[in-house]
Amino acid sequence: MNENIIDIKNLTKKFGAFTAVNNISFSVKKGEIFGFLGANGAGKSTAIKMLCGLSRPTSGNGTVAGFDILCEYEQIKSRIGYMSQKFSLYDDLTPMENITLFGGIYGLKRKDIANKASTLLENLGIADKSKQLVQSLPLGEKQKLAFSISILHNPQIVFLDEPTGGVDPSSRRKFWEMIYETASKGITVFVTTHYMEEAEYCDRISIMADGEIKTLGSPQELKNNYMATSIDEVFRKIATKAIRN
Amino acid sequence: MKRFIVFIKKETLQILRDYRTMLIVILMPAVQIVLFGFALSTEINNIDVAVYAPIRNNTINNISNRIASNSYINFKGYLNNAQEINHAMKSGETDIVIAFSRHIDEVEAGAMPAETSVEIIADASNPVSAKTATGYVSSIISGNLAETAGASNPIKIEPHMLYNPQLQSSYIFVPGILGFIILIICAMITSISIVREKETGTIDMLLVSPVRPIVIVGAKLVPYFALSCVNLATILILAKYLLDIPMQGSIVLICGISLLYIIMSLAFGILVSTISKNQIMAILICAVVMIIPVIMLSGLIFPIENIPVALQYLSCIVPARWYIEAMRILMIEGQPFSAVLKQTVILSSMTVIFLFLAIRNLNKTMR
Repeated sequence: MNENIIDIKNLTKKFGAFTAVNNISFSVKKGEIFGFLGANGAGKSTAIKMLCGLSRPTSGNGTVAGFDILCEYEQIKSRIGYMSQKFSLYDDLTPMENITLFGGIYGLKRKDIANKASTLLENLGIADKSKQLVQSLPLGEKQKLAFSISILHNPQIVFLDEPTGGVDPSSRRKFWEMIYETASKGITVFVTTHYMEEAEYCDRISIMADGEIKTLGSPQELKNNYMATSIDEVFRKIATKAIRN
Repeated sequence: MKRFIVFIKKETLQILRDYRTMLIVILMPAVQIVLFGFALSTEINNIDVAVYAPIRNNTINNISNRIASNSYINFKGYLNNAQEINHAMKSGETDIVIAFSRHIDEVEAGAMPAETSVEIIADASNPVSAKTATGYVSSIISGNLAETAGASNPIKIEPHMLYNPQLQSSYIFVPGILGFIILIICAMITSISIVREKETGTIDMLLVSPVRPIVIVGAKLVPYFALSCVNLATILILAKYLLDIPMQGSIVLICGISLLYIIMSLAFGILVSTISKNQIMAILICAVVMIIPVIMLSGLIFPIENIPVALQYLSCIVPARWYIEAMRILMIEGQPFSAVLKQTVILSSMTVIFLFLAIRNLNKTMR
């Protein structure tokens, strides 16, 4: 039994002459919080899309949750959760309607959805707002709701694409508490972020530039290797060498 | 199937919540019917007509009297020479001058002259109204000449205005509006609603889920299909009871062909959404590829026979042309199915082509 939930070998994606992702290989262990860092345009989103079965790799192969990303993406899709860069719930529906919709999409039973919804809304402290439209919620609450919904179906792995963008520090801290709680339940968390202090919370991180993974390891290892005091410094040392930005 | 229903619920909720768009979609057909049916008529009133006659005999007096008593025409009296004709036309005092040749005398006397002519000179700066007005006048003249000369009349013109003897323009517009509205709702609004999810990023959430793209899009179509059916009913009811359009043909056939056209428009909407990156692009594509050709080339306003031949060929690829044609044949002429067989076959094949392209593109772009 392979304990790596993500195993990627020589993954490449080209758009015409442009190579968005160049020959990346890495693996993520079950239950890990894996930070996927990189400047804008480094190829992070393209890489995540390939892992989620949204985009077909030009070459290379790999498995996610034990299924081949080239041909078994349908099986992968029902075992992953995803929360996008942009806030990704329906603004013109209520929290309850969003939960019902996504619960239905992932094939949960109506009774389960109702049970999960009430505990979820209670935990987030928005039970009293369950009948308001999502657009009237503050951004921090929206993001937490979106995250909760993305793990509603108990996926084996959840992809968070810049989940805390634009959120205030205290909400961000609460968000990371939720991430820890999720990881403690055995759900692998694959997270991209722009906030370098958040990278320190991850078990392991990788830093991408120019479509390649330049370095990979635990935050402490990277700091030692690059003789830096913070991940921020490591990141700047790598990013300044990047050709495209 | 359960997923499909979950999606339909979501789409319906979203449409109902966006009540402004909803209101527009529901009210648009009613407003357009009233606009086209009453305000925007191509019927001509107040045509100013003068007569040039070298000799005044009974025939000419009769014709002048008839013209003077016609409620659409203002009789402006007699002109005496070519200069006066020229002046009257140029100054805009008259829209039409009727010029008789001298031989009209001989016709009245019972002779058969070699050459007899009645010229109708019309101000064609507005070709549509000139054509219609000329039609009125020539029918009055020919009617009168026929009486005068009897069976041996050497000048024989017999225009027949079939199906629409009063030349009522609302008869022509109703099928056109149907073709137009269905296209806007099915193609434009549907494509916008799909592209909007691309813009907000919610489409990503759906695409990483185990739901197939065809389910996502299929569920979007259901509420818009329902809306189109409501509109179809609104237009048909208004047409029958407000505009008194006869509705000669079978209502089942009218609805059947409309449903075919609705499905075709929905498929086109999906096609547009798969090639558009944002809502503005979707609107532009719909406007340029569909709506403008529908107004210009479908016979909605300008009769197909009146446009240049090259454009007539071009109009063959505008689906609305065939739909509007079929609706006119069914609603106003009341002919059986065999009369619209050609249009049905063309619309069906267009539907199949659009559906094929839409689904192929959808599978390609969604992955």
